[in-house]
Amino acid sequence: MKTPEERLNHFNACIESEVKIEPKDWMPDEYRKTMIRQLSQHAHSEVIGMQPEGNWVLRAPSLRAKKILLAKIQDEGGHGLYLYSAAETLGISRDEMIEQLHSGKAKYSSIFNYPALTWADIGAIGWLVDGAAIVNQISLQRTSYGPYSRAMVRICKEESFHQRQGYEIMTTMMNGTAEQKEMAQDAMNRWWWPSLMMFGPPDNESAHTKQSMQWKIKRESNDVLRQRFIDKTVDQAHFIGLTVPDKNMKFNESTQQYEISPIDWEEFKQVISGNGPCNHKRLSHHIKVHKQGKWVREAALAFSKNQQKNKATLFTN
Amino acid sequence: MSTTDNQLPLWEVFIQSKSGTPHKHAGSIHASDKNMALENARDIYTRRGEGRNIWVVLSDQIAASKTEDEAEFFDPADDKVYRHPSFYKVPDGVKNM
Ligand SMILES: [Fe+2]
Ligand SMILES: [Fe+2]
Repeated sequence: MKTPEERLNHFNACIESEVKIEPKDWMPDEYRKTMIRQLSQHAHSEVIGMQPEGNWVLRAPSLRAKKILLAKIQDEGGHGLYLYSAAETLGISRDEMIEQLHSGKAKYSSIFNYPALTWADIGAIGWLVDGAAIVNQISLQRTSYGPYSRAMVRICKEESFHQRQGYEIMTTMMNGTAEQKEMAQDAMNRWWWPSLMMFGPPDNESAHTKQSMQWKIKRESNDVLRQRFIDKTVDQAHFIGLTVPDKNMKFNESTQQYEISPIDWEEFKQVISGNGPCNHKRLSHHIKVHKQGKWVREAALAFSKNQQKNKATLFTN
Repeated sequence: MSTTDNQLPLWEVFIQSKSGTPHKHAGSIHASDKNMALENARDIYTRRGEGRNIWVVLSDQIAASKTEDEAEFFDPADDKVYRHPSFYKVPDGVKNM
């Protein structure tokens, strides 16, 4: 047995030397809490994120497009489940996480509170939203909590198809009729700024960043990740003839980076605190479907109990 | 925490990716019985041909050593260098050993 001080020293030494923290290891309460909050928020985002895209499964323009969209949405469900499992290793149950989502105590990414209005939105979501998520998730592959890190490695492998299928939709539309081009540009205009907000508030205002960076839960700051995404994405937009909806954006030759206009953080705060266009819709849909599935879970458990009982009588007879 | 609803028991998933290789831990899933556990594991962890065989085991059936006791727990092996071939001197000129 170790003294509390020895335990803390051991934990700090692990963090310092890039040794992953594993579920049964001792960790500071605050580390556990932060990790649970981040993991559950990430998991909820994957699951709620299925809704805007699910809206288009029945209206996909071809069988090919429909199969791709279904596979992508199924992946997102899987991502949610990997992350819930990782969170469960810290001692929170799946029920608690779902209750916290339903009560509003746990958050999910504000991006999914925007509607997917046209087919071009499906392109913009895959390309921009998944693209932003990828930049964040690649960085999180090096997070200090073992199960989170492993989930990120798995998720990153699956994500690159998500972004490519989105960019393919945008490319197809930009090669299409004037109306299709207009639709693609309109989707770009609506999703660009919310995608940049996905990285969270600027570093000097981010509440959790400092401690999370010390514990190596986060490996790079919001602003660093956001800039990386901008620099990748602007060129991709120009390549297919899309305009970035930021008249004052300019390329800085000396830093080789795009400098964007200030982000409207008031909008971000509004959406996060429940006043986005679809907050109510997303949450009430999740609650409804969760309730509808209750009898299925109960029936499955009853069936399994019966089977065990039957087996027991078989052996005793 | 609600007592009237639950997400079914927790299972750990081990996947063998190729014949001849060991099963490796992939993560966990929820299921009411073995069959559902295997099917859920397949749908969640092998959507791209990552596996040819799956084991599932109820999570509460697994015992684990504590990493913080790593040093004490594994120290019986620490002073037994003679378990390694490099401990032994083989005369110069002896081959194929
Ligand atoms: Fe995802
Ligand atoms: Fe994705």
